[in-house]
Amino acid sequence: MLPYGEPVESLLRKAQYFTPGTPTPDHREVHRRGGRGAEEFYHERWRHDKEVRSTHGVNCTGSCSWKVYVKDGIITWETQQTDYPSVGPDSPEYEPRGCPRGASFSWYTYSPARVRYPYIRGPLLEMWREARARLGDPVLAWAEITADPERTARYKKARGQGGFVRSTWDEATELIAAAHVHTVKRYGPDRVVGFSPIPAMSQVSYSAGTRFLSMIGGTILSFYDWYADLPIASPQVFGDQTDVPESADWWNSSYLVLWGTNLPITRTPDAHFMTEARYRGQKVVVVSPDYSDHTKFADDWLPCAPGTDGALAMSMGHVVLSEFFRDRQVPYFTEYVKTYTDLPFLVTLREREADDGAEDGQGAYVPDRFLTAADLGREQEAAAHQTVLLDAATGEPVFPNGTLASRYTESGVGRWNLDLGGIDPLLTLYPADHGAGSDSGGGASGLEAVAVDLPRFDVGESEGGGVVRRGVPVRRVGGHLVTTVFDLLMAQYAVPREGLPGQWPTGYDDADSPYTPAWQERITSVPAAAAARVAREFARNAELSRGRSMIAMGAGTNHWYHSDQIYRTFLTLIMLCGCQGVNGGGWAHYVGQEKVRPLTGFQQIAFGLDWQRPTRHMTGTSFFYMHTDQWRYERFGAQEMASPLGRGLLRGKAFADALAQAGRMGWTPSHPAFDRNPLDLADEAAAAGRGVGEHVVAELKAGRLRFADEDPDDPANFPRVMTIWRANLLGSSGKGMEYFMRHLLGAAHAVRAEETPQDSRPSEVRWRENAPEGKLDLVTTLDFRMTSTCTYSDIVLPAATWYEKHDLSTTDMHPFVHSFNPAIAPPWETRTDFDAFKAVGEQFSRLAAVHLGTRTDVVAVPLAHDTADELAQPGGVVRDWKRGECEAVPGVTMPRLVPIERDYAAVAQKMAAVGPLVDSLGTSVKGITWKPPGVVDLLARTNGRARGGVADGRPALTRDVHMAEAILALSGTTNGAVSLAAWKELEKRTGLRLADLAEERAGERISFADTQVQPRAVITSPEWSGSESGGRRYSAFVVNVERKKPWHTLTGRMHFYLDHDWIAEFGEGLPTYRPPLNYARHYGAQGLGDPDRPEITLRYLTPHSKWSIHSEYQDNLHMLRLFRGGPVLWMNPDDAAKIGVTDNEWIEAFNRNGVVVCRAVVTHRMPPGTVYMYHAKDRHVMTPRSEISGMHGGGDNSLTRLVIKPTHMIGGYAQLTYAFNYYGPTGNQRDELTVVRRRAQQVEFR
Amino acid sequence: MRVMANVAMVMNLDKCIGCHTCSVTCKQVWTNRPGTEYVYFNNVETKPGVGYPRRYEDQEQWRGGWALDKKGRLQLKAGGRLRKLLTIFYNPDLPTIDDYGDPWTYDYQTVIDAPLGTPNPSAHSISALTGRDMTVQWGSNFDDDLAGAPRHAAGDPNLSGLEERVRMEFEQVFMFYLPRICEHCLNPSCVASCPSGAMYKRSEDGIVLVDQDRCRGWRMCVSGCPYKKVYFNHRTGKAEKCTFCFPRIEAGQPTVCSETCVGRLRYLGLFLYDADKVLDAAATPDEQGLYEAQLGVFLDPEDPEVRAAAAADGIPHDWIEAARRSPVYQLAVRHRVALPLHPEYRTLPMVWYIPPLSPVADVVNATGYDADRPDDVFATIDSLRIPVEYLANLFTAGDPAPIRRVLRKLAAVRAIQRAGQLGLDLDEDLPASVGASDEELDDLYRLLAIAKYEERY
Repeated sequence: MLPYGEPVESLLRKAQYFTPGTPTPDHREVHRRGGRGAEEFYHERWRHDKEVRSTHGVNCTGSCSWKVYVKDGIITWETQQTDYPSVGPDSPEYEPRGCPRGASFSWYTYSPARVRYPYIRGPLLEMWREARARLGDPVLAWAEITADPERTARYKKARGQGGFVRSTWDEATELIAAAHVHTVKRYGPDRVVGFSPIPAMSQVSYSAGTRFLSMIGGTILSFYDWYADLPIASPQVFGDQTDVPESADWWNSSYLVLWGTNLPITRTPDAHFMTEARYRGQKVVVVSPDYSDHTKFADDWLPCAPGTDGALAMSMGHVVLSEFFRDRQVPYFTEYVKTYTDLPFLVTLREREADDGAEDGQGAYVPDRFLTAADLGREQEAAAHQTVLLDAATGEPVFPNGTLASRYTESGVGRWNLDLGGIDPLLTLYPADHGAGSDSGGGASGLEAVAVDLPRFDVGESEGGGVVRRGVPVRRVGGHLVTTVFDLLMAQYAVPREGLPGQWPTGYDDADSPYTPAWQERITSVPAAAAARVAREFARNAELSRGRSMIAMGAGTNHWYHSDQIYRTFLTLIMLCGCQGVNGGGWAHYVGQEKVRPLTGFQQIAFGLDWQRPTRHMTGTSFFYMHTDQWRYERFGAQEMASPLGRGLLRGKAFADALAQAGRMGWTPSHPAFDRNPLDLADEAAAAGRGVGEHVVAELKAGRLRFADEDPDDPANFPRVMTIWRANLLGSSGKGMEYFMRHLLGAAHAVRAEETPQDSRPSEVRWRENAPEGKLDLVTTLDFRMTSTCTYSDIVLPAATWYEKHDLSTTDMHPFVHSFNPAIAPPWETRTDFDAFKAVGEQFSRLAAVHLGTRTDVVAVPLAHDTADELAQPGGVVRDWKRGECEAVPGVTMPRLVPIERDYAAVAQKMAAVGPLVDSLGTSVKGITWKPPGVVDLLARTNGRARGGVADGRPALTRDVHMAEAILALSGTTNGAVSLAAWKELEKRTGLRLADLAEERAGERISFADTQVQPRAVITSPEWSGSESGGRRYSAFVVNVERKKPWHTLTGRMHFYLDHDWIAEFGEGLPTYRPPLNYARHYGAQGLGDPDRPEITLRYLTPHSKWSIHSEYQDNLHMLRLFRGGPVLWMNPDDAAKIGVTDNEWIEAFNRNGVVVCRAVVTHRMPPGTVYMYHAKDRHVMTPRSEISGMHGGGDNSLTRLVIKPTHMIGGYAQLTYAFNYYGPTGNQRDELTVVRRRAQQVEFR
Repeated sequence: MRVMANVAMVMNLDKCIGCHTCSVTCKQVWTNRPGTEYVYFNNVETKPGVGYPRRYEDQEQWRGGWALDKKGRLQLKAGGRLRKLLTIFYNPDLPTIDDYGDPWTYDYQTVIDAPLGTPNPSAHSISALTGRDMTVQWGSNFDDDLAGAPRHAAGDPNLSGLEERVRMEFEQVFMFYLPRICEHCLNPSCVASCPSGAMYKRSEDGIVLVDQDRCRGWRMCVSGCPYKKVYFNHRTGKAEKCTFCFPRIEAGQPTVCSETCVGRLRYLGLFLYDADKVLDAAATPDEQGLYEAQLGVFLDPEDPEVRAAAAADGIPHDWIEAARRSPVYQLAVRHRVALPLHPEYRTLPMVWYIPPLSPVADVVNATGYDADRPDDVFATIDSLRIPVEYLANLFTAGDPAPIRRVLRKLAAVRAIQRAGQLGLDLDEDLPASVGASDEELDDLYRLLAIAKYEERY
């Protein structure tokens, strides 16, 4: 009818247009120019008063700059800033940066779950008020309450049971301060513990708390290793914690493998660089068990079974070594590996001993240690750390520059570099002219070879696997039978070469022999041909592009027990193909990695190094493993993991034993340190008239003093006071959540596991019959939202949000530093973290003046990375003083013992000013020390000076902005003069020209005000390994490759081979495939076995969520409405059918560790046999009561439990030396299984 | 010729990461208020999937958009004005709240206020409409990332005819994202459906709006829009819809969804079009001809006659210049890589899409790769996972030819750029084989890949 229309229709249409506008003649549509007054509604909605730059802190590496809109004094919404400095005309830009989670943040400002006031749980508050009033002294009041088991039980059992009562800041901070003072006095400062993660994304807020803890001697827990985000392979291989390309460098890659990192979900603001690089001809390969958000962008998708990625990578290495190193040589690859890796270095071979296991071990060898100058009898400094290679021209051993021997020695000054000085390293001992038909036993072509036994972990009765015999070409050097790392690698990767003894695969299609493409197919389900093709393409691309092949990796492959091995198999591909230190190439590790770009200033301020050194840093996983008593639930010990080629070094050791041993040997920190208050230790030493070191050693040897880790359940060794800020420890990151509840908190829990049976219990760590419950006397959490860490704390302090304070943010995803700024003042009674700790510090000082005064503390410091401590234990030989294998020498065979005088009444004054050590001792980072030129004076003029007291005349740190300014001024990345000074220091040691990297910006300084205007690009500085000079994109280790600065390793090169005793014990000297732990075997069936209730056991994975950043945002209404409104478990339809579950039905997932109740998402996107529960499902939203436990059904970590890997505790040897967040056991959680069953669809929340 | 201008958008689905930032920023700015809890001016759907509201694309059920009658004349699919009048108190084509999902919130206060003795205080879902406890059964994005797809996605109307080929099994799985806003159609069926004359197209920029003063809440626009992008605000009793952020557009800023799109996949620009041709184009008999017909309505802003006519019709000079540098025109008309969503609805939509590439389907046999050319690392288009026919059902009324052409063009850009960076030999006929010159493909590359802020908007 339209437009020709019947009369009625026409009439009706005309009638309707007695309204404004111009209808089309057919009355089909109407245009309006005027009569649009109603548009004002939307105009008004959009109108606002101001836009303020801020960002989101703590738990996300995004570090996105946002515009926060304010109207009538109310934060309305936020949109992304688009004003990042340009990447250049031929690349996409960093705009906009942000994700849906960040975009929903302002919801929290006024949300009903906002913490508006200080809260203390009723039972504690009543006791406190009563005792405080009666005794008049807060410290005595706290002492009395905590001395009474009945009273402590009463308030501890109430944790997680509601009943918060509103308090005041004065009351709450006094209570907190009293608890701190009492604990320091009664038990020791190391019993005071703080947890806050990821400083980069709000550096001032982090530092506010750690500065306080550092001043009093509290224990500061690490997070990177605890989160299992620390890729242990990085320190092992690179000698560096983590350094990765910024996201704009993906653009420079022409072959990108996404292997365990789901960029659209976890790197949302940057994913576009990947999608855009595809148009530039980049090929994208995704390795992922499911069809995920990033799989969409793949050209090839390799659906690898969870946790078997190492098998796929080993087979790819097999292909690369076969086709690009054996069948033909690629000059670029060969030159690269000779110059930048340990492949040409010599390794000694040790004949297998009779007791090594198999009787057929006769006549075979195993790889042993790097050959060193000491082995060859050379008299030189640090000869035991001077590794050796052969010069191809002469065949003679040579001692190249750049090894650890030239890093800390006098003779090494000017020689710590990778300049080979005309040496052509011999890569292989296999003769170049050795061809088919020649004498395989040596002779004319000169091939001399022996059989080597290597571990394989794809077979065998235990986790320790079996043995495969291969062969390597050898030579005798100075009486030592040696081969090169390259030749060992060829043997390990099963690349046959004519004439070598041993068992070798018959070809790529040999499915029985590791590590062929066909072999991996059985394990991973990735078709052999696809694995080989991708390997070939990856290497070929690197050949054509000179290294621009990249592997982006992350939680999917890094959260396993054996992730260090998985990563080493990836890094093998990267290093063989010359990709590391090349823009567009190399590893790109993206999980939990953060980058405090202004690192030097941050470390000074955050850890109070301007007043005293060092700080009590602690490996988070070790701490929680011991103090949540998860060590009491093991079914197997460290020996289970040991290779059959090991020497039994871990026999009879529980993991807790290994940890205690590693602590006392000075490898890894151990806090609380001793079963005595360290303040008392100092007093005793003084009374005895001897040094603290001498005293402690004597006490230890006499057996009167013990390390606390040897008896963690002794009440004297409990951590007592814990403060959590910027973190959701209990609701998010607490692997083994139910054990936290049970032992650390004494709250209700759902642990079903039985304790370790008698015969598997620790041999050294003391087992107490009744495990303690509720170790902590006080748990305080600062937050702006009521997480379950808050609901299980004793005190909750209301924090300002990220839109209500000043702070700094940096990341490794982009090269900028930018700021937080308050869009509104902190509302209600909320305070910034800075102000909160200021208040606690002031209360503490007031009470400490009465109860503590000035005391001397003894800090037990493990051997430290990037210091001469790396020389302490040559060869990675384990010598335990406690067993009499060596003397107990602090700083060599055991922790260094450092006395620190603490003027406890002056803590607040020191917190609020830059201390004198910056001027007198200078600042250090990564092994370089310098005095920051003019910075203290500058800060005094910028921030003003403290007046009176211990800090009289020092630069003030009385406001958050002052702290930000100090961090920026003291760091090379943000102060050109500092960078220049640092580079010049490094030039002295290396003899290389480096300072030019900073010269172009030597006169620049980025002030806090600069960061408020626009994100600012950082300055190239030796704080990091790459270069931004000339506006280039940051890629890790570019300075090492382009300038020949050594890596911070034994050889100064990137390592394929590791020669530590414990690593050898684990059979991990070379990259290898270790499967996920076989929990089905270790723990048996974990179901309930009710015949009427079908259940299924599945691999339980907890990837990063699309709708939250960890637990943050998963309670945010906007995010909840964008999916299913609460926690879910993703499963395959076939698995769901087996237990009669349909989509969106309630299920219970459970195992020995606990139970979680949620709904099922049934989808064919998931592979059969595996379920996902996107982490981190907190307990304060949609957590109903469980049928199984009868309690409220947990979080994702209710199903996990820590299991620690002893090789992560190693220290004192080259790159295998401890630093905070750099080396330590990972809190991995991927090897876990869960049982799932359908539950009654009626659920109860109350 | 009667020249008019219409702002329009192109979304490159090949870049969409499915993050939903656009939905959140849009919601925060525009519909974060009572009565609009369930309203998403912008939402993102996983395909295959049934969308929001459920199965909105099935016009046999909802009768949105236009249809041709037996005589080939264009009329509202739901019937003419008379039928509308007769059904004004009962509109059978209106989705219920269950089709959108009952919007929910939580009893958040419980977490702080829980009295002593409350085990593990936990908030749970309650209806935002009634305040009563509720179990979440559906919502704007309930099937994200194929969640529940075996149960729901078979109802995706775009799978029609592909049931045998597309099974909801792991081995065959594929997905992509479809962000949607109001199409600001040249031939908007919502405007034509409104009994109150409250809906209109703005003369200067073609933005389709609901006059909040005149809307009487009849909701004929809701059912009339085949994209279901007009929503009913149950608090004010009026219809609301995506405004194309006109307060920002008027100030020279891109829409919120565009600027905040971290996938950088949205392009904004002007089209000049001949308003006199709209009706004929919309009445094109063959549904598969509608795409070409709509292209025929657009005017070439480089044509001096068009510019003169535009000026004569009162379009300002800067507006005409904006049309000349419109990335939307470049992508849709010059490069022909963007396609309209469901042209068969005959509304002549003005939000267009570049279809996505996808992983190769057959990993086992490596179909799509040429063993003799190992440096050709990209597989052929027909070996990709997403069936071309599925994309055709979305964008070309079922005609696979334009889809193949677009995908091959994207692949050609990649192959040429790869060869350029790595110094590989390249088939010289490649540009011609996708109907483009080297220069065009280079321009397209910059527009798709480098896509600076100023080039996108």
